[in-house]
Amino acid sequence: MIEVRNISKSFDGDPVLRDISISFEQGKTNLIIGKSGSGKTVLLKCIIGLHEVDNGEIFYSGESFTAMNVKAKKEIRQKFGMLFQGAALFDSLSVEENVRFKLDMFTRMNRLEKKKRVDFCLERVNLGNKNSLYPAELSGGMKKRVAIARAIVLNPRYLFCDEPNSGLDPQTAILIDQLIKDITEEFNMTTIVNTHDINSVMEIGEKVVFIDNGQKWWEGTNMEILKTENQELNDFLFANKMVRRLKEIDDI
Amino acid sequence: MTLLEHIGRYSLLVKRAFARPEKHKMYYIRLIREMEALGINSVGIVIIISFFMGAVITIQTAYNTENPLLPAYLIGLAARDSILLEFSSTIVALILAGKVGSRIASEIGTMRVTEQIDALEIMGVNSAGYLILPKILALVMLAPFLSLISMVVGITGGWIAGVSAGVITTNEYVTGIQFAFIPYYITYSLIKSVIFAFIITSVSSYHGYFTAGGALEVGKASTLAVVHSSIVILLFNLILTQLLLS
Repeated sequence: MIEVRNISKSFDGDPVLRDISISFEQGKTNLIIGKSGSGKTVLLKCIIGLHEVDNGEIFYSGESFTAMNVKAKKEIRQKFGMLFQGAALFDSLSVEENVRFKLDMFTRMNRLEKKKRVDFCLERVNLGNKNSLYPAELSGGMKKRVAIARAIVLNPRYLFCDEPNSGLDPQTAILIDQLIKDITEEFNMTTIVNTHDINSVMEIGEKVVFIDNGQKWWEGTNMEILKTENQELNDFLFANKMVRRLKEIDDI
Repeated sequence: MTLLEHIGRYSLLVKRAFARPEKHKMYYIRLIREMEALGINSVGIVIIISFFMGAVITIQTAYNTENPLLPAYLIGLAARDSILLEFSSTIVALILAGKVGSRIASEIGTMRVTEQIDALEIMGVNSAGYLILPKILALVMLAPFLSLISMVVGITGGWIAGVSAGVITTNEYVTGIQFAFIPYYITYSLIKSVIFAFIITSVSSYHGYFTAGGALEVGKASTLAVVHSSIVILLFNLILTQLLLS
């Protein structure tokens, strides 16, 4: 479980996050949604420690991440898995080397054990025979799947996904969403997904938090979100004319 | 940012780069790769430039010392001292700043803007150590060899050009390069090459590591890396010359 308590963050005096408190539940896919520039990426980067918060605290399974020293932060980060918007695969390494990287760096496994683990993770994301390819040779969806395989190779307790569907066609996006949800349940992880994709919200949003202008406006499930009276959230969700029309029909 | 802020941030980055590695074997593998990429792959350009610079130094010296009172072997002596004292360390370092420095800054800068450095940090890897330390060690270890290659090729280039142009005989040239030889000049040159190698790799890594933005900024970082490395090399050349030769 990850808990965020009263965090604020500003850049050059310009507030980006204002007094946000959220708890992200274990074994569930927690979604942070909001418009571009609403502060959701900054929130995610604060949670994983790429940005220092100005105020407030972040807790991982009850332990204050904010109060940890550099060494403790490095240790807890070994329990993190992260899927970046652009996948962030290491260009100079093959698919297999990318997925194996954390095993090489942090474990004492022998070559055969590592190979088995890498193959398992790549099979899990349906990329069983792509070990020797390099990131430049992969499509956008394949890169994301390799990034997921890399993220889960050390059985992380926490999985973070920043815009996992950006740049993907709707079918591939659904596959990635489903993969994230399945993996979350399978490994009982606390997963936080940053997205503005309404399909993702409906598909995997077991817990949804809506951020706008650096503030939390709403939280609930994907089932509750369609019934919300929150105007900002409705403006965000039903910005598309067709979706708005469907909601009107559904309401009738 | 002010110059002092840059120096402070650079110092902190270098300190982080020299932190204890997470796994020595991984750093060792990277060190070997960097030795090839930064050192071995630079041998060709060092040989070509050293040969022609040695040749030009010899011929220019010959035409500037056309005086019957001056013995011809002085051409060899002047070429030798120019190559040992200045060319094989400083000029080669400036060339490497262009070739290696831009490569380092663009490689690390691209990793920064494509979030690969963030990915390393999230994994719990000291990105500064993993990316920068092997580069620094690789060039620091190989720079003296590049410098030695440059000395040998430069002097050979001078001999071939001098004899081919008819400005000096082989005997005179060999006498010249042996005359009043001070072995310390080689030590001096090697010390300089090690320090210049550290400057090239660390300054270029600094510019790459703190790149913010996109492809345009990577290009700017690469240019700044070459310019700033070259300026710092020239500054330290002056300081080291004063310290080591006075």
